[in-house]
Parts: sequence; structure tokens; C-alpha cells
Amino acid sequence: MRSAGDFVADNIQSMPFSGIRKFFDVAKEIEGVISLGVGEPDFPTPWRIREEAIYQLEQGNTIYTSNAGLIELRQAISAYMRDRFAMRYSPLSEIIATVGASEGIDIAMRALINPGDEILLVEPCFVSYKPCIVMAGGVPIVISAKAENDFRITPEDLEGKITERTKAILMAYPSNPTGAIMGRSDLEKIAEVLRNKDIVVLSDEIYAELTYGASHASIAQIPGMAGKTVVLSGFSKAYSMTGWRLGYACGPEDIITAMLKIHQYILMCAPTVSQYAGIEALKNGAKDVESMRKDYDGRRRIMVNGFRQMGLDCFEPKGAFYVFPCIKSTGLSSEEFCIKLLHEEKVAVVPGSAFGECGEGFIRCSYAYSVDALKEALGRISRFLEKLRLPLVK
Amino acid sequence: MANLREDLLALIERNSRLTPEDLAERLGVSMEEVAAELGLMVDEQIICGYHTLINWDKTSKEFVTALIEVKVTPQHGMGFDKIAQRIYLFDEVKAVYLMSGGFDLTVVIEGDNIKEVAYFISNKLAPMESVLSTATHFVLKKYKDHGIVLELPKKPDERMIISP
Repeated sequence: MRSAGDFVADNIQSMPFSGIRKFFDVAKEIEGVISLGVGEPDFPTPWRIREEAIYQLEQGNTIYTSNAGLIELRQAISAYMRDRFAMRYSPLSEIIATVGASEGIDIAMRALINPGDEILLVEPCFVSYKPCIVMAGGVPIVISAKAENDFRITPEDLEGKITERTKAILMAYPSNPTGAIMGRSDLEKIAEVLRNKDIVVLSDEIYAELTYGASHASIAQIPGMAGKTVVLSGFSKAYSMTGWRLGYACGPEDIITAMLKIHQYILMCAPTVSQYAGIEALKNGAKDVESMRKDYDGRRRIMVNGFRQMGLDCFEPKGAFYVFPCIKSTGLSSEEFCIKLLHEEKVAVVPGSAFGECGEGFIRCSYAYSVDALKEALGRISRFLEKLRLPLVK
Repeated sequence: MANLREDLLALIERNSRLTPEDLAERLGVSMEEVAAELGLMVDEQIICGYHTLINWDKTSKEFVTALIEVKVTPQHGMGFDKIAQRIYLFDEVKAVYLMSGGFDLTVVIEGDNIKEVAYFISNKLAPMESVLSTATHFVLKKYKDHGIVLELPKKPDERMIISP
């Protein structure tokens, strides 16, 4: 007889749990941990958004919406993309409301990939990209973003990886875990490489609202690119709406239609109450976003200064809510560093290696925490480093 | 410069205990710049004082707050300013606003008890020559003040320790 596990499909059996989860299992057993480990905002969803959702619940607006989402929501997304980023999408045919940007990534992969198609992805990156590619039957090809390029990708990085099997490139700026952004001129160089190639761009722009000192640029803004770029975004980070599970995909009609086909069979529609909340967020939430962004910006500076004062190389992140300091000078691997830090000073940070091999030698520290918590954690990390360095001094 | 001013004010309006070091770090400017700008704003009376927001209901101190709607006759050449001044110079008057709408001045006063407030209104405020009428409302409970909910239940951070 086969055991239950033998029934699990080969590609799922061979797929590891994410490095983050492994680390979580260790961290949750330790009491009194200060965590810099989360990938979600610390603010509650702004009240105006919650209040709108309560109203919609009271009204009993709890039925399925159309597969692509409420037309009012798609119109609001369309207006937002136009006014905020000068990008134009038809609410009727070029936008779907998804269950978080995560669903968008999944259905985009499934809509595009024929078995064996190569999908380029930029690491270090969000943990689910690679598995989504593999589950859709694609072959992930990693482009390593380098610290010396401020974790941006260069045309050379890209050209070296393109083959005749390349179907798409998945990139995410502002970046989780590095906090890197790519400006308009950086993206133009990438667009130049892609201009005459049949390669689709999947651009995860979930952190678009959280940039500091530079406004967000999308590759879809560059002439000629909108027709082959799918922009994936959502409400989780900008409006602090992680648990609402609401995102959206905007792109050329043919690809969006294909994604909609999958979406209608697997999910029917994004959560209805969340969709109403999303309309309120887009129409009236800009001030709330700006106030949260300013708060993050202050904390970002505290973190970068803190790590630099400890003598660690810390690239200045211009987006998202993470810093990604280099810990190579300690002689420890990312994972050793994080485990030791967790046991000795009870601070949870995530090993850079959880986001791809090229994240080795770095740690991801989230600053979606109160300033007091950040300062306490920085103090502990500093003490930890002093202890590490002590034997070297003798 | 205009931005630094606004950013500084936004931060200290919420927490006036932030030191120039804290402010400089959060705004990415030097401590000298912060100190200079704060000094200027004190000189220019943009920064008029530093308060502590206290929920007095949780202390044993007993006092009452009244909000009085006052109708007055404006004076030639002075508008409402002169009568407003005569009112706001009393120590028990905590705030005075010129209003649009059905009355002219909102006067917030505090006293140890209702009797004291009543005395002030009937013996000081109402008899003033330019005061036409008063309507007094006592504050029963403060829920939110200066943008801060006073009895916000503390919610523990229930986020997972680590998430992608």
C-alpha cells in the first residue's frame, strides 16, 4: 500500500517549504522575542476603510461580484493608475480584482506558461515567485541583483539570461526584501533590451506607494512596454489591508482575459466586502497612505543609521519597509547569524538567503514596527555584534 | 525649508518630547538645522508652547469644563478682537474661537465645580457690555482630544513573528 504522502504530486513533494517558514518555526518557540521579521504593516487599516466595509456588511452586500470584480472598483483602479502613475487601463477589459497580488502572480504564471517555458525572476525576491513558476510548469531562471548595483538589475544581467525559451520576466520594485527601487532611467535600459523581444513583463508593484525621496516608476510607463506588461499590485501594503486579501492585475486585454478565465474557475471573485473597502481606499485613502509613508520614512532612517553605526554595510533602501544590511563581516552565514541572534538576544530577523541564494550574507529587517521597538531591537543587535567581535579584538 | 517646517511641526504636534537628535534622524537633516528651525519657529510664535495631553478623568482631580456659545456686538474698527481679548484674558478661559454660524464666540472655560463656572458666566461674562447672550454646555466626557483617542484599548501585536 502507498502511504498518504506518496499520493502527493511529485512537483509538490520536491518543493521545499519557504526558508521563512522554517525560521518561523524556530522563532515561535522562543519567549520574549522582539521581531523585525514581518512583511506586513503595523498600522490598522484606516478607519474610513473599515467603516465603509461595516456599512456594506450592514447593507447585506455580501453576494458574489462579477468575476473581474465590481465595476466601480475597476473604475476606481483605472482612475488611480491614470492619476497616480499616468498609466491607462480600461476598467472593462484590462483590469481584474484578485485575491491579493499573490493570486495575480499565480494566475499570470498559469495564463502564460507552456511546459518548459523559461521565466526570468530577479532574486533576492518574495518567496512565492519561484514556486508559482514551478507549479505552472515553467522553468525559473534566476537573475541575481547585486549589492554593488544597489540591487537593481542591469541590461547585462538580463541579456545573459535570455534564451529562445524565455517567455516572461518577473520583477518587483520596490523590492521585498532589499527595499531597492528602479528609477525611470534604470527601467528604460531594461525596456531597451526587451523592446524587440517577445518577452512579457510581470511587474509586481505592491510597494509602489512606499517610496522615499523618489517617486515610483513602472516599466509599463515606458513607451512600447504597456502592451506586454502586466502590472500586479494590491491594497495590502499601501493601505495596510493585508488580511482583506485584495489585489489587482492590469495589463493587455488578451493576457488579462486569459487570467480571468483561471480566476473565474478557481475563485469566482475577490471577497466582496473587501472590494467595497478597496473603492473607499482608492477614492479617499491618499492622506492615510501619505501619513503612513512619512512614518515609515522616519523609521527607515533610524534603521539605516543604526546599522551603519554598528559598522555594518547598509545599502540605503528607497522603497518598501525593509532594510537589508550586509553581515558578511561577521564571518557567519545569514542563517547562522539569525539563529544565533535569536538565541542570544531574542531578536528575529530573516536570513537574506530565504529570498534566494544571492541574499546570502544579508539579513532582512522590517521596520513595520514602532520606533521604540526598533530602537530596542537595534540595541540588542548592537550588543550581539559587540559580543561577536570581542574574541577578534583579543 | 517650507517642507522641513511642516515635517517638524507634524512630528512635534504628535510628540513634543522628541529631541532635536530624534527629529534630525527621522527627517534626514542635521541636528543644527533642526535646532535652528525650531528656534526660529519659537521666535515667530509658530510654536506657542508644549502641552501634555492628560486624561483627567483618570485622576482624582475634580473640575468641570464648559463650552459657552456667546453672541456679541462687534465694535467699530476692532471687529470681534477687543471683546475676545476681554474674555480670553481671564485665567479660567482655556480657549476662545471666533465662529461662523448662529453665534460669534466659542469660549471654553474650566472651574473647580459648576458653581464656579456659573459665577464666572453670570458675574463676568454675561454682564459685559458687548455680550448679547450666552448658552452654556457642560462637557460630560472627553473621548478624543487633540487627535488622540483617550481610552484606546492597548492591542497586542498579533502579527506572526515572521512572514514573507
